[in-house]
Amino acid sequence: MKIKFTFWKAVFLLIVAAGAYGTFVRFFRGLGASTNLSDQFPWGIWIGFDVLCGVMLAAGGFTLTAAVHILNIQRLKPIVRPTILTAFLGYVLVSVALLFDLGRPYNIWHPLIMRNPHSVMFEVAYCVMLYTTVLALEFSPIVLERFNLQKPLKVVKAVLIPLVLLGVILSTLHQSSLGTLYLIMPTKLHPFWYTPLLPVFFFLSAIAVGLAMTIFESSMSSKHFGRELELPILQELGRVLLVVLTVYAILRFEDLLHRGVFHQLLVAGYERNLFLLEIVLALVLPLTLLAIPKIRQSAGGLYLAAVSVVLGFITNRLNVSITGMETAAGLHYVPKWTEIAITGAIIAVGFALFALAVNYLPIFPEHREAAGPEAPVAAKAAVLSHAGD
Amino acid sequence: MSKALLYDATLCIDCKQCEAACADQNKLPYDDNIAKEERQSEHKFTAVLSKNDKYMRRLCMNCQEPACVSVCPVAALRKTSEGPVIYEANRCMGCRYCMAACPFGVPKYEWSSLNPKVRKCTMCPDRVLAGRQTACAENCPTGATKFGDRDELINEARKRIQDNPANYIHHIYGVEEVGGTSVLLLSGVPFEEFGYRTDFPRDPLPLRTYQVLSKIPDFIPLGFVTLGGIWWITHRREAVAAAEGRQAHQAGKELK
Ligand code: SF4
Ligand code: SF4
Ligand code: SF4
Repeated sequence: MKIKFTFWKAVFLLIVAAGAYGTFVRFFRGLGASTNLSDQFPWGIWIGFDVLCGVMLAAGGFTLTAAVHILNIQRLKPIVRPTILTAFLGYVLVSVALLFDLGRPYNIWHPLIMRNPHSVMFEVAYCVMLYTTVLALEFSPIVLERFNLQKPLKVVKAVLIPLVLLGVILSTLHQSSLGTLYLIMPTKLHPFWYTPLLPVFFFLSAIAVGLAMTIFESSMSSKHFGRELELPILQELGRVLLVVLTVYAILRFEDLLHRGVFHQLLVAGYERNLFLLEIVLALVLPLTLLAIPKIRQSAGGLYLAAVSVVLGFITNRLNVSITGMETAAGLHYVPKWTEIAITGAIIAVGFALFALAVNYLPIFPEHREAAGPEAPVAAKAAVLSHAGD
Repeated sequence: MSKALLYDATLCIDCKQCEAACADQNKLPYDDNIAKEERQSEHKFTAVLSKNDKYMRRLCMNCQEPACVSVCPVAALRKTSEGPVIYEANRCMGCRYCMAACPFGVPKYEWSSLNPKVRKCTMCPDRVLAGRQTACAENCPTGATKFGDRDELINEARKRIQDNPANYIHHIYGVEEVGGTSVLLLSGVPFEEFGYRTDFPRDPLPLRTYQVLSKIPDFIPLGFVTLGGIWWITHRREAVAAAEGRQAHQAGKELK
């Protein structure tokens, strides 16, 4: 156990060290030295993965708060806190990644006073800014409980439902808008991915990934934090995931059909291969797994389906932002090691922060009764029965 | 009145005076080596390409409805009513959405700078707004690059094709492409030879995002009411159930 702990610690430190060096190159040598971006290919993995996938992977926050607080599915309540924590960390990390990608990061606040409401990016910037604030507020009861601050806790509790509504609306807007970003590029994006329905697809897949990530995280944290697996909850999520994926699959199929894109599948090439990989991972495999009741109800089957959905839609986002743009750009983009190192470090820091928060804050229900130096506070917090959920 | 440039490749002699004048106007370096570079870059806003004694200029098209302007979140890029699409570097945050969105691949970036700017031809706004012509047009010895009112230049281009139908491809590039541009092109060889795509849509690209964005103001109140309504219904049931439960409980007590 001890050896394993040191091993992972070493890996973590190694990743962070590489990221730190990458950060130095980025901010003291510039974008040219730290990336493989060029005039022909101005957006790389910092946009395609860190931002597009980051926001998508954090979609569990709005999906689950909507399910629990608006649809009133109380059974899902125990996993709301870890999901909000993940979402909040996710959005903070996306903002950090953006600081690396922007050519003039010190001007990141400019949209506050320089407005162009016709710009999708402007709308995304506002939604993400506001939604991160909403997530911070939704998360705040956990911190307030930990320090037993009754007054502010009451205030947050009183505005919780409007906050949740606002969060769901902001999420709907910016999750879909990340797809709208690409609507202005009909001359560049490959027809496999360019469709007027991009915003709809981005939104639906965000919900699917939100659910899949929640299943994935619950399974993971049950392993690593020694908690019981909330199997009935996960089964419920699996059912919803099956429905969402089916809707997405039908729409996607009809869209490809009506735009007459299927004949492009006859053209061999890496675009087709990556398109097929995306469809298999995001739709074919998880739909097959989830359609079989025996698999859908087993922890292992759910886990596998969730991982496949997550990987499939990561492929989708990378296809839209990178694969689909390469032919028009006339080049093959491969990220530089610094781009990968910084992305890796951001993810590693995210994991570390999550573990830290779980240790010190009442995130999981069981932890509230945990013995230890914080026991009295934790016990008091437990009395407050899920104030922020 | 919107101004424009008409470049007629059949009149061009590849003297590159336009390139030199452009570099001078924009305080960019220019020498024999740079003259040989046949592409736009952070230090070269216009390039004269040559292929089998045929020539073609490339520069920012200063579109009528520019994609770059519509996507810039901080309005660092702006279309003036006179024609030029201008750039204010101190607003820019370097998101490079303009580069991703421009259908002509025009905006270039100072990748090696720590305070990078987007670079492109801005159609000499200082000159044009003061009623003068662009540097390239002023210095062109043959009239291959001509500055004037957009409508008049279109008429003139039509006339040139009519008078010499054998010399020209029968298409004025820039009248309709992506909603029209302030740079108009005439050529004797297909435009594709020099990388000008002719499969572009005729409608302005910003329309495609605007059609989605313009729905947001309607969506927000609708979303609130719908979600609020669902919340009310799902929680109402609970409240009713709770109230009934209490009554049943009380009824039970009374019976005892
Ligand atoms: S050519 Fe590109 S950079 Fe120039 S105005 Fe049009 S969209 Fe903008
Ligand atoms: S890079 Fe600058 S000019 Fe281009 S869209 Fe972004 S903020 Fe606007
Ligand atoms: S100055 Fe005129 S003739 Fe000379 S290269 Fe430029 S457009 Fe052609």
